[in-house]
Amino acid sequence: MSEMIPTRDGFGKEIVELGKANDKILVLSGDLEDATRAEYFKKAFPERFFNLGIAEQDMVGTAAGLSQQGFIPFACSFAVFLTNRAYDMIRLDVCYNNLNVKIVCSHAGVTVGEDGASAQCLEDFALMRVLPNIRVICPVDAIEVRKATRLLAEQKGPMYMRTSRAPFPVITKETDVFKIGKANILREGSDVTLIGCGIMVYESLQAAEILKKEGIEARVINMHTIKPIDEEIIIDSAKKTQAIITAEEHQVYGGLGSAVAEVLAKNYPAPMETIAVQDTFGETGSPQELLKKYHLKDIDIVQAAKKVIKRKKK
Amino acid sequence: MAAKKIDTSSFPKLALQFRKEILEILNLAGSGHPGGSLSAVEIFITLYYYRMNHRPSDPQWDERDRLIISKGHCTPVAYVTLANCGYFPKDELKTYRKFNSRLQGHVHSKVPGIEFSTGSLGHGLAVANGIALGAKMLKKNFKTYCLLGDGENQEGSIWEAAMMAPHYKLDNICAIIDYNKVQENGPTNEIKRLEPLSAKWTSFGWQVLEVDGHDFQQLIRALDEFDTIKEKPTVIIANTIKGKGVSFMEGQASWHGKAPNAEQLAKALAELK
Repeated sequence: MSEMIPTRDGFGKEIVELGKANDKILVLSGDLEDATRAEYFKKAFPERFFNLGIAEQDMVGTAAGLSQQGFIPFACSFAVFLTNRAYDMIRLDVCYNNLNVKIVCSHAGVTVGEDGASAQCLEDFALMRVLPNIRVICPVDAIEVRKATRLLAEQKGPMYMRTSRAPFPVITKETDVFKIGKANILREGSDVTLIGCGIMVYESLQAAEILKKEGIEARVINMHTIKPIDEEIIIDSAKKTQAIITAEEHQVYGGLGSAVAEVLAKNYPAPMETIAVQDTFGETGSPQELLKKYHLKDIDIVQAAKKVIKRKKK
Repeated sequence: MAAKKIDTSSFPKLALQFRKEILEILNLAGSGHPGGSLSAVEIFITLYYYRMNHRPSDPQWDERDRLIISKGHCTPVAYVTLANCGYFPKDELKTYRKFNSRLQGHVHSKVPGIEFSTGSLGHGLAVANGIALGAKMLKKNFKTYCLLGDGENQEGSIWEAAMMAPHYKLDNICAIIDYNKVQENGPTNEIKRLEPLSAKWTSFGWQVLEVDGHDFQQLIRALDEFDTIKEKPTVIIANTIKGKGVSFMEGQASWHGKAPNAEQLAKALAELK
């Protein structure tokens, strides 16, 4: 199996590289830089790192003010604390004022693990996606997160990026093209399309292997950008395979599944099933135990794929 | 920085004119916030006509002093001030709160001279701190001011920001609290007590200057003093009267967010002479 690395590590490494080339890059932390890997930047550039304490609202407002002075602030914490606690600041200070602030959050999804439900953010896509001006990104692995971090710094405007705590296999290559808003096809297949984001792309690839053994060919898409969603590839997939599965480590309402359903309903209605947390909070456990319990495993995707194929119009 | 050589003798007359214009645009708009605008007239005049370095012909001038209006509902006084300074034509004030107007109900940065869009309370101080911190890093000499409402001091985010500025020794920021003692549904200290307000800010590490917020000379002295205070931020607690200048509005929570009708406007204008 390929190397296991949490995406937060990739962010931590890349932000240091960016900091070397651009002295306008700042990192703000809500006293979780050890966990978000923002501490790599803290060690490299202490004068451009600010731990604003356990005060996420203050961190986002301060970031907004710093961006007004031409800096590119990366505000980093756990996903729950930024997207939930500081929501009004992200909405008003960052999105309404349309500022060049980057919100980078680790510790999303049930794979946060043993800390339990209070720290397992399952709402961030929904909360961020509904705000005007912001782009919402969830990279698939430690290589892709580095490319995404570079684009966060390069492209102006509010951006949200989710990283994760749990180590997951690296499935992309340095040479793969990464464009915000442009999904990547990782595997071709004509019977069903599996659209995943973050660690669920790996589960989707595993599911495609299982399906292949049963004679079902699945197209697998890495939908790393939740907003703006790649409508073209969704419509193309619906036309080609007539059946869609979405897979995300997020609540079933409002996230990737909803975004894909909106595109299908408007453009090319097709049978669809969603793999996501079913309107419930998580709990304490190991990442793998929780992925199993909340039906976020490859085998769950396989079952959903078989179900959606049965729903295809004859 | 020493006291500026600026003739302030016209300020009281200007305040009278601003109050009239505030009430007129509120009447035209049919909605809005007179109470907390009338209480802040002298604060705005002292900032824009005395203290702040700014260029109405060049709103983005890099060296300008910044004002972040955290009490974003006080658009009548903010827009009247900016129009009189020449940031945009005074005639445009008639479009206040109207569809397609730049003059949104709560301050918006598409209006020349407005630095930051607010509206939801408790936002401005953290943003102002960020600007002040950025200015320090870039070794820029401009000052950042932040106008807060008193009721807004009930927001926890204000106290997060209040803790931040002294920690980073931001002596280039001056918060001004329009302490008019009335919020939407009654007296601030009855709804959720702020007192002892001065002691709270002092204990957080701010230099507190208490003034009569309708007395130009006191405001000027405090703003001059802010320039001399080093290594810590300054907050001016400006004791004001909600609805100042209009007898039937003064101290009345009911005039927090309601526009005067034609009859009420005529009565108010008659008092402002």
